[in-house]
Amino acid sequence: MPEKFDVIVVGAGPSGNAAAYLLAKGGMKVLQLERGEYSGSKNVQGAIMYAEALEAVIPNCRRQAPLERAIVEQRIWAMDDRSYVGSHYRGESDEGAQPNRYTIIRANFDKWLSRKVREAGALLICETTVIELLRKGNRVIGVRTDRAGGEIHADVVVLADGVNSLVATTSGLRPPVKARDVALAVKEMHFLPREQIEQRFNISGDDGVVIEMFGKITKGMVGTGFLYTNKESISLGIGCMVEDFKKAGVSPNQLLEDMKRHPAVKPLIAGSEIKEYSAHLIPEGGYNAIPAVHGEGWVICGDSGGFVNAVHREGSNLAMTTGRFAAETILKLRDEGRDFTAAHLRAYRTALEDSYVMKDLKKYRDMPGILHHNRQFLTTYPELLSRAADTFLKVDGVDKRTKEKTIKRDFVARRSRFGLVGDAIKLVRAFR
Amino acid sequence: MHIVVCVKQVPDSAQIRVHPVTNTIMRQGVPAVINPYDLIVLEEALRLKDCLGARITVLSMGPKIAAEALKKCVSYGADEAILITDAVFAGSDTLATSYALASTIRRIAADRPVDMVFCGKQTIDGDTAQVGPGIARRLGFEQLTYVSRIERIDPAAREIVVHRRGEGGVQVLQSRLPCLVTMLEGSNTLRFAGMDDMFRAARYEVLEWNHKAAGIDAPERCGLKGSPTAVKKVFAPPPRAKKAEMIDASAGTPREIADAVLAKLFASRPALEREMTR
Repeated sequence: MPEKFDVIVVGAGPSGNAAAYLLAKGGMKVLQLERGEYSGSKNVQGAIMYAEALEAVIPNCRRQAPLERAIVEQRIWAMDDRSYVGSHYRGESDEGAQPNRYTIIRANFDKWLSRKVREAGALLICETTVIELLRKGNRVIGVRTDRAGGEIHADVVVLADGVNSLVATTSGLRPPVKARDVALAVKEMHFLPREQIEQRFNISGDDGVVIEMFGKITKGMVGTGFLYTNKESISLGIGCMVEDFKKAGVSPNQLLEDMKRHPAVKPLIAGSEIKEYSAHLIPEGGYNAIPAVHGEGWVICGDSGGFVNAVHREGSNLAMTTGRFAAETILKLRDEGRDFTAAHLRAYRTALEDSYVMKDLKKYRDMPGILHHNRQFLTTYPELLSRAADTFLKVDGVDKRTKEKTIKRDFVARRSRFGLVGDAIKLVRAFR
Repeated sequence: MHIVVCVKQVPDSAQIRVHPVTNTIMRQGVPAVINPYDLIVLEEALRLKDCLGARITVLSMGPKIAAEALKKCVSYGADEAILITDAVFAGSDTLATSYALASTIRRIAADRPVDMVFCGKQTIDGDTAQVGPGIARRLGFEQLTYVSRIERIDPAAREIVVHRRGEGGVQVLQSRLPCLVTMLEGSNTLRFAGMDDMFRAARYEVLEWNHKAAGIDAPERCGLKGSPTAVKKVFAPPPRAKKAEMIDASAGTPREIADAVLAKLFASRPALEREMTR
């Protein structure tokens, strides 16, 4: 007889852990299956963790969590080849203020969260891959793993198996992930002594800085670069849509190497020791790429459901929030004595629609398409901005009105009046 | 048959580095693994379980976190797992470790006689290869080290025949039970456990014994107190200053290239030239 559980959670990343924790806390018999050697062994993320989303799952837990730095300063840089125009925001970092975002190292953070899940009573089995879902008619009744005697039954299955979403795909619950809906990101960990990081980024204690970069560093492909400060290391990475990589024939590591040579980036990582190199896919198709998120006896959350807000580089919060909604939906149905049918599990979809999750993704639903068809936002404009700043700030005896005219001429020459107006409209639409 | 397999949780030495300034070993963030040589003997014990119905107890000494390594052994099919964990064990060298483990095996044998003890041929962190033979000596067991194959075990006649890799050949040894065996890498391939064993391991609670429970009556022979070995200094060997020199092998005949190599060697070692051209 196969083992039988109330719930099987596939995956032990942020969404799987959030779901498994709440389900176990709620008194359900939970089995969590993880492909990696331990929770956190398989994933790659910058990474940023959002305290609100975490503490909605485990209240007031951040003091126990292995966090790196509280993000007090965020920079956005529009990169030209050898310069950039950027904006910085530095918030307060008083003793009393609760930070909202932290950098983390996922291997450490996930391990900690996974311990919480097990303490809550979930049974975790690692190094075990779910091959397919077991079904009776239309209804999902369990999973089959890659091990002998791998059939396990459950009343409901929570799929949180990551960006490739292999389980849902092979079981026909969602179409395969498309190259135009995922970005490929490469990342390096650069180790530096604490004091050097603090000096270079103008921070102290456990405060941190993150930099998001876009523009010519992606060589016309849709994507972004990032630099996050950890306690004793810097995470540096860059990612672009897989389809763009394919078309451009650029290798991701070349892109990263070139980014490291950018005059604005190079001094920040000078003298560091690279200890890790990794690559991962990120679902960045946005709202339009989100598959059906529930069905007969199953729900899907986190990356496997495509829940990433690429514009705001939010992901782990969406993962934990969708995991929480999935768990809350299941617990509520159990309390009401209702079955886990698609009709009943629709409450999960409703919870997503009513929250920031779907609202934000809907807001930027046109962004991927607009960027896809309008590369000028990532090439021409960063260059024009950079040149404009250079022209305007240079003190060379030329009067400012003439400088303004030069800049205007430069813009019109590159994009035409009509083009500029069109771009403005598209930009408004993308952010609307 | 009752087999005790000794395992150790070690930092993954492939990922360990020595701090360039302080010369200390940097263990932070280095994942812990089961000593890979121990997995070879675990698999061998599991094979004996499959064909002879042996019972397997895995034993480890270490901090509480080492229970994870033992649970993993259970997932492969071990029947029972015991962790001896106690502050008195801290700082043990191989003499103290073999004392603690041998005492515990004696304690285990009091409940169920032990026919064989398996140890990895060495650990990847200490690299001494002394603990296994130390246990055998203390228990008065026959010791069969560097075994590449167990040819035959006759539990009734209490006989064992093994192949042992020696210098310049293979020795086929016949010995008596009880014995202690350490094995070479490449002797077998670790199995992929079934779902039942995964469930059993996930639910299994490793037995944790302090020195009293392990039947150790002389704690002063454990840990730092019981360890005559003292680490005086740890250092990373300085990287060699000399760089390899490349000689273009595409130009010239093989003889010319060989002459060029010899000329280089003789230039730096005149004594060698005198020796060879005498």
